[in-house]
Amino acid sequence: MAFIPPKETYPGRVYSVSIGTGQKEITVGGENVLSFHSFEGTVPNRPLIAHEIQDVPPTDWPESVQKPYIDVYANPVSWAKYCQDVLNAKAIALRLIGTHPDRENRSAEEAARTVKEVVDSIDIPLIILGSNHTEKDSSVLIAAAEASKDRNCIIGKAQEANYKTIAAAAVANNHKLIAMSELDINLSKQLNILITQMGFDKEKIIIDPMCSALGYGLEYTYSVMERIRLAGLAQNDPTMQQPIMGDVGMYVWKVKETIADEKDVPLWGNTEERGITWEAVTAISMLIAGAEILIMRHPKAIEAIEKMIDELM
Amino acid sequence: MALTGVEIFKLLPKTNCKKCGFPTCLAFAMKLAQRQASLDLCPDVSEEARQKLGEASAPPVRPITLGTGESAVKMGEETVLFRHDKKFVNPCVFALGIKDTLSSEEIEKKIDEVRNSVIDRVGQKLKIDAIALLNDSGSPEKFGNLAKILSEKAPEIPVILCTTNLSAAETSAKLYADRKPVIYGANSENFEEMSKIAKNYRATLGIAASSSGGLNELSELTEKVKKLGIEDMVIDSGARKAKEILEHNTLIRRAAIKKNFKPLGYPIITFAQREDNLLETLVAALGITKYSSIIVLSSIERWKNLALFTLRQNIYTDPQVPMQVEQKIYKIGEPTEESPLLITTNFSLTYFIVSGEVENSKVASYLAVMDCEGLSVLTAWAAGKFTASKIAQFIKESGIEGSIKHRELIIPGYVAILSGSIEDKLEGWKVTVGPREANGIPAFMKSRMK
Ligand code: SF4
Repeated sequence: MAFIPPKETYPGRVYSVSIGTGQKEITVGGENVLSFHSFEGTVPNRPLIAHEIQDVPPTDWPESVQKPYIDVYANPVSWAKYCQDVLNAKAIALRLIGTHPDRENRSAEEAARTVKEVVDSIDIPLIILGSNHTEKDSSVLIAAAEASKDRNCIIGKAQEANYKTIAAAAVANNHKLIAMSELDINLSKQLNILITQMGFDKEKIIIDPMCSALGYGLEYTYSVMERIRLAGLAQNDPTMQQPIMGDVGMYVWKVKETIADEKDVPLWGNTEERGITWEAVTAISMLIAGAEILIMRHPKAIEAIEKMIDELM
Repeated sequence: MALTGVEIFKLLPKTNCKKCGFPTCLAFAMKLAQRQASLDLCPDVSEEARQKLGEASAPPVRPITLGTGESAVKMGEETVLFRHDKKFVNPCVFALGIKDTLSSEEIEKKIDEVRNSVIDRVGQKLKIDAIALLNDSGSPEKFGNLAKILSEKAPEIPVILCTTNLSAAETSAKLYADRKPVIYGANSENFEEMSKIAKNYRATLGIAASSSGGLNELSELTEKVKKLGIEDMVIDSGARKAKEILEHNTLIRRAAIKKNFKPLGYPIITFAQREDNLLETLVAALGITKYSSIIVLSSIERWKNLALFTLRQNIYTDPQVPMQVEQKIYKIGEPTEESPLLITTNFSLTYFIVSGEVENSKVASYLAVMDCEGLSVLTAWAAGKFTASKIAQFIKESGIEGSIKHRELIIPGYVAILSGSIEDKLEGWKVTVGPREANGIPAFMKSRMK
């Protein structure tokens, strides 16, 4: 029996979305097949890994992932420049976690100042994230969007409770928007529809279906991403054809497996290597499931993922 | 090719006698086509039909067992391409590669590593399942020696005997006769002799296509080997780069499942070994998510095992059964009789997130996890499974009153409405409303400490 490769072609295609400006502008998406399936279609762009930094020192990060940034993290600008110039980051994700009312409770103005300083000090694309406090994010992200006007950033995350203000800020300042819902393809679709009903361009949305760490619900995120991608490609659903984002580092670096000291759990092996591996394995799973943009923390995990992408492209 | 319901129907007796348990032959045929019934249920089916249907109704990926006894592992039997459609059936096998160039001491050390790889995770014992013997030396004697050490010192561990050398294959297969090893290394040059060896010692044969021949060569080889009377095979397309592994594994699984293409309906063996250990781990992760049945590794450090075991567990869970954890009072940290008591439902994701955040708060606590059939807090409350009386009953029966001095229960913010009625039903208790979202727990706990 002769073997005929059972290739799949799909009617749909993921939107190409560009972020950043000038020479360092980057495009993600654009493929008409599942992740890395270049043997049956076109995969014009590689996934983008953004290095995560914060507006305040990462005292809440485990030691293994604080360490690489210990000399630079006191100041978001030096942190961003270190990622860009020394670690060759392709993009930066600035999380304004210090604005959270339970944290430093920084004001929207302070956050905007940080954003302005960071965006002025780098030429690679910037992703601007709030603190995931739906009320506070509305005001913080409006100010942040203005402070980075016309730099073609991604801002977010817009959720059902606050998408209107954040989407309006993205439009007014020429940014892309992250639409985040919680682990459910229907909620994700619904939010995209609500946002586009405001007149927001559907091709400027990035889907965040909510990430989860390896061992802590990863399979839910994995399957939701696969289903979103299949809905966009196979069913040609225009509300599900946006690039997908995985906010990996934030979910990974708070689970036991990335924190626990080897002394306490000898069966788990070296703490640092375990943490890096946890982040890298979570990240590769998200990429295989369909993510085009990842936000990650540990330089070694990012380096490994870039190498793996090289092997997959 | 898979037969359609109507094609199957034509082969059935068409008497509608109902002995199969279905109202009509057609209804039964439809079930057969969806692989939801077995042909054996119809007692009157003709020999001819049985043969035709047998071929077509065999599982698209052949079931193969590696090893015997308690440590035997099942492979194959997969029925879908995406885990959201249906549970992936048999979790892939992890095999540590051991080179025959190592000294006896080094080999024994590796055996110990495999034996000590067992880790308990959410109630499952996870481990490195097998050893792949690698004939790096090219010498049949050295390979035979390695096989001898393993079969004597670690007779329980299933093996994959990787060699293309006939005498090495023969000697090692003999040592493992009737213990269901895989002899891996049947290629276009040696497959006839290799088939004989596999047949003699009742082993599974590993088919290796050249990297240039790929899936075409692989299909031809398995057909030729099958004609020689070998049914049990595992297959390798020669893919080593991640890009090819993804492409070949996807095409193999699709051909088997969507086209019922028998020559590729076998478990896949993937060689993930790399100089760069972290990269190797990622290639193994690709194998786990994308259809490999055996993954050969060059080393098995504990941190690496833990990550790979966990990914395998995640990918192979049943997507249709909401994952649940056991109903009980979980200790987080080392709680004392003064430690706070929180309650939530037993949806595993809820449990993971809540317990993780309690842990992050660094306040030793008791977490009461109540059986709500795997629903999250809001859904369980809406479905009447997380109610004041059920909560009260659970707390009473849990025996927690013997472990703590205080009588304060912290409930999720989403069910704040329940606080009064719980207090009514749990005499002497005070109910405190916690945050709505788990990520508010650390701040909540901190503010209580003040
Ligand atoms: S037992 Fe066989 S003959 Fe009878 S109804 Fe079922 S399929 Fe038809």
